[in-house]
Formats: sequence, structure tokens, C-alpha cells
Amino acid sequence: MVAENIPEADDRMVVADNIHKHYGRLHVLRGVDLEVRRGEVCCVIGPSGSGKSTFLRCVNHLEKISAGRLWVNGQLMGYREKNGRLYELRESEVAAQRRDIGMVFQRFNLFPHMSVLANVTEAPVQVKRMPRAEAREIAMGLLERVGLADKAGAYPEQLSGGQQQRVAIARALAMNPSLMLFDEPTSALDPELVGEVLDVMRDLAEGGMTMIVVTHEMGFAREVGDTLVFMDGGVVVERGAPRDVLDSPQHERTRAFLSKVL
Amino acid sequence: MDTQTGPSRAEASSPGTGSPEFIKAVPVRHPGRWVAAGVLLVFAAMFAHMLVTNEAFNWPFMVENMFSEPVLLGVRTTLVLTLLAMLIGVVVGIAVAVMRLSGNPVLAGVGWLYTWFFRAVPRLVLCVLFGNLGVLYNRIDLGLPFDHYWAPLLGLESARFYSFDTRDLLTPFVAALLALALSEGAYMAEIVRAGLQSVDPGQTEAAQALGMRRSTVLRRITLPQALRVIVPPTGNEATAMLKDTSLVAYVPLTTELWFQLQAIGNRTYDPFPMLVAACLWYLAITSVFMVGQYLLERSFARGDRRAGAGLRLLRVQARN
Ligand SMILES: Nc1ncnc2c1ncn2[C@@H]1O[C@H](COP(=O)(O)OP(=O)(O)OP(=O)(O)O)[C@@H](O)[C@H]1O
Ligand SMILES: [Mg+2]
Repeated sequence: MVAENIPEADDRMVVADNIHKHYGRLHVLRGVDLEVRRGEVCCVIGPSGSGKSTFLRCVNHLEKISAGRLWVNGQLMGYREKNGRLYELRESEVAAQRRDIGMVFQRFNLFPHMSVLANVTEAPVQVKRMPRAEAREIAMGLLERVGLADKAGAYPEQLSGGQQQRVAIARALAMNPSLMLFDEPTSALDPELVGEVLDVMRDLAEGGMTMIVVTHEMGFAREVGDTLVFMDGGVVVERGAPRDVLDSPQHERTRAFLSKVL
Repeated sequence: MDTQTGPSRAEASSPGTGSPEFIKAVPVRHPGRWVAAGVLLVFAAMFAHMLVTNEAFNWPFMVENMFSEPVLLGVRTTLVLTLLAMLIGVVVGIAVAVMRLSGNPVLAGVGWLYTWFFRAVPRLVLCVLFGNLGVLYNRIDLGLPFDHYWAPLLGLESARFYSFDTRDLLTPFVAALLALALSEGAYMAEIVRAGLQSVDPGQTEAAQALGMRRSTVLRRITLPQALRVIVPPTGNEATAMLKDTSLVAYVPLTTELWFQLQAIGNRTYDPFPMLVAACLWYLAITSVFMVGQYLLERSFARGDRRAGAGLRLLRVQARN
């Protein structure tokens, strides 16, 4: 039962309970169940169109789910449940829930009219009302961490794809999130730039960050991931330790997919 | 690889020759251009001759009146009207565009209705209409609505707190300004909407994912990027507005440039030089506008690649 399932203060960061998502008549997610523990790195693989991005966007409520329940950090995303009824949260409340969840996109989506430093300080200053000096100090620390402190004054268009993606990671980290979502963060990069972004992500994982990573990088999934989830047709087909799933998949669909990509 | 044709490898890159000689060839001649230039020159000479010799121009009379005090005041009114109308138009345009894109069906509907009305009715008609609004209400009262129905039931005479004479509030200048500004708002709304829609939706998503509210996203992320698309047509709008101020004589607001020049022409029975003076004034002011627009656009388009194209002017520098 859903009502007894509310994960208040346990060690589960994300609980997805029977998530469905429709786009009009297109039924994209068909009952996704997934739990991600604190500190866990959960990698998601699956064929194109299987609903990986859609699921990730449901986690921070960029997409409204059509059925099911989704909790992040003990909070029901997008709704308040009272006396068995769901009440939609106001826009400001949804925004407040998202502060705790960082997201990194395939196409970086840096703000082109702002310097690298301003990209990173923007959300803390505008959303958290942090004093500029403090935001700047934190931002410089984060840029240091992703190896781009010397690019603080540059504009996104002056950076390589790998550098832009590392800035995007720093930008998300500036809000001090407890969960990071990555949607194919290296898919838009030239092969020689993939490594630098994966290194930053590996660092983050070792620092104990909870992460959901949609990726095609099987090497990363195997080495860094704690769990590997295979999605197909809008459901989680298989979930387990990366080594087990990759080396001895239990389901025919997983086998078929892996034989194509490995 | 060996090739049969062309110079051999050794020859092409023989040491010591350095870079090859620059090509010195006889360029293709374009006799047509010279003929065209000659013909145009003759026409230009004829035109200049006409300007100087034709009595109808009456240059001394024109120059004398072109800078007379009422005309200069007219220039001032026209400029003030243009700038204020554009300012209000831009603000209204942004508001209406945001309403139309808000996803709130009521606001979107109101925005659509606004645009529909003010784009459908000619500015000339709007000017006359606003000039005659006094017919509709000769007093404007502030208070609770429909009070003449319910106030007597409560034993009150009325529920109005304050009241203006429409003529005090809606002076010809205000009526003219409203007619032009509200009409401009409708056109600006479409321009702003196009600008906002040109911004990559990924920008909004990234900003929302960071926990920004919609109003913050608009103010800090989408609107600044939309300006790149909004600014050039806004320059055109300003130029069009300058010329449309000549319509406010119908409000009637008669202190404006065109009416003043025309009045002098009518009074002296010599209208033609004043027509020329009007052309010259509008040409001069428009030229100044164009220089401003050019400078603005240039700073928006300076040496940037696609994504960040032309945002230098608006770039947000992280301050210390
Ligand atoms: N906004 C939308 N409107 C309508 N359909 C959508 C929308 N977003 C996604 N879809 C559809 O939902 C399905 C799942 O898309 P999704 O992007 O989640 O797949 P994915 O697993 O991330 O694929 P990929 O590996 O190509 O990124 C696709 O069929 C897609 O066409
Ligand atoms: Mg995807």
C-alpha cells in the first residue's frame, strides 16, 4: 500500500512507486519502480525511447507524472497528501523542492549570456539569496574542483564541450544538492573529452553523492555504479549490481540490448 | 603519389623559390557599370538644377520657418511622444507577451484579445477614439462597482471616493500618448513573444532544475536572451512610431511637428516648402534613430557564435 510506504527518515533518497507517464495518448512510462539509497550511484541504461530521460525529468518534477508516487529525500514530489487526497503544490513550493536536486543535461544548457562564474553563482544568489561574496567563494571552490578555476571569467561559447559540461556540474553543485541527476552527460561530447567529465563524476561519487546517471558509458557504469538499471518500453526490466547485469543478464531483452552496445 | 598532369612535386615546392608570385591579371571590364553611372549622374544633375531653380521650393522661406519656434516645439512634442509611447509600448508588450505565454488560460485570453483589438484598429482611428473618450464618461470615479444599485439599500448615497473630470485627466497629450502606446503595445507583444519563443527551452529547464521560480527565470534567463531577437524590430517600431506621431493632430493634439508645419503652409498660402521641411525633419530624426539602432545591433552581433550571439551588451558579470 502506498500510504504505508512513505519513506520519512530512512536511508532511501529516491522512491519511485509505480510511476506512469502519458504524453497525450502515448504511454511512455508504464509503471517504474525504483529505489535509490543515500550515497548510491544508480546507472540507468536502455534503448532510445525507453523513457530514461522522461523518468529522470519526473524525479525533479520537470514532468508531471500521471500515476504513482515519487518521493525524494522523504518528500512527495509535486504534491501534498492530506486525508487520502493529493493537492498540487504551488509553483514556489515545487521550485523549493527542486533546489535539493541537481540536474546535468546532455546539451549542457549553460546560460550563454553569463560568465562561467556568474553561471555558478546565479542560483545561490537568486534562489537562496546568498550574499554575492559568499556565493563567489563557493563557486570558485567548485570551479577549482572541476579543474576550471582559470576559466571563471570566460563565457560558455569560449569553452570546449567537456569544459562546459564540467561548469554545468559545478553550477548544479552550487545549490548543495543531496541528489544529482545526469542525463547522458557525455553523449554530446567528442570522444577525447568524455574522460574529463567522467573523472569529475567519479570524484563526486567517491565523495558520497547520491547520483542517478543515464549513460551509455558501460565502463563508467561498471566501475563507479553501485547499481545498474536496465529500462525498456517504459519499465525497469532488470536491476542489480553492474557486474551481474552486464556479465550475466537475466532477461532476454537485456541480453539483446547488451549484445548490441557492448 | 605520382600525378601525370600538373607541375611535378619537385617543381612546385622547389627550395629557394619561397612563395609563388602574386597573380597580376587584367581584370574583366564592366562597361555597363560606367554607362549606368553616367545616366544616373545626368539625372542627379537635372534634379539638383530643379531644386535650385524651381521657385516653388522657396528655400529662404523654408529655412526661416523650419526652425521657427512653433516648429521646434513641434519637434520636441513629436520626440517626447515617440519616446514615451515606445517606452510604454515596450512595457505593455512584455506584459502582454508574458500573459500569452503564461499557460494561465484567462491571462492568455486577455492577452490575445488585447493584441487582436489594438492590431485591428488603425492608429488614426484610435487617435480620434481616444480624443473622444470624454463622450463616454465625463467623470471618472474611483469607488466600488455598481454602487447605484446597492448603495441606497445600505442607506448610502454612493460608494465613490474620488472623482475626476475626464477633461482634466484625458488631456489631448494623454489621449494621443495612450492611443499610440497601447497600439504599440500590441505590436511589441508579438515581437517579445517571438523573442521569448526563440530562446532554447533547455534554458528554462536548466533554470527550473536549479530551483528558480518562473518569474526569476523570465527576468534573469529568458528575457535577457530574447533581447537579441527583440531589439532589431524594436528599432523599426521606433522609426514607425516617429512617423505615426503625425496622426495625433486628429486627437486633436496640435503642438506636434507635422501640424505645425502644415499650419504655416496654410497660413502663408505656400504649402510646398513646408512639405519639404517636414520631409527633411523626419529624415533627420529617423537618421539619428538609425544610427542608434545600428550601434545597438552591432554590439549585439559582435563576433559571437550561434548560442551566445550578441549578448555582450547584456552579459551578467559576477560582481565581487
Ligand atoms: N515532450 C514530449 N512530448 C511527447 N512525447 C515525448 C516527449 N518527451 C518524450 N516523448 C516520447 O517519450 C518516449 C521516451 O522518451 P525519452 O526521451 O524518455 O527516451 P530516452 O530513453 O531518454 O531515449 P534516448 O536514449 O534517445 O534519450 C519517446 O517515444 C519520446 O518520443
Ligand atoms: Mg534521453
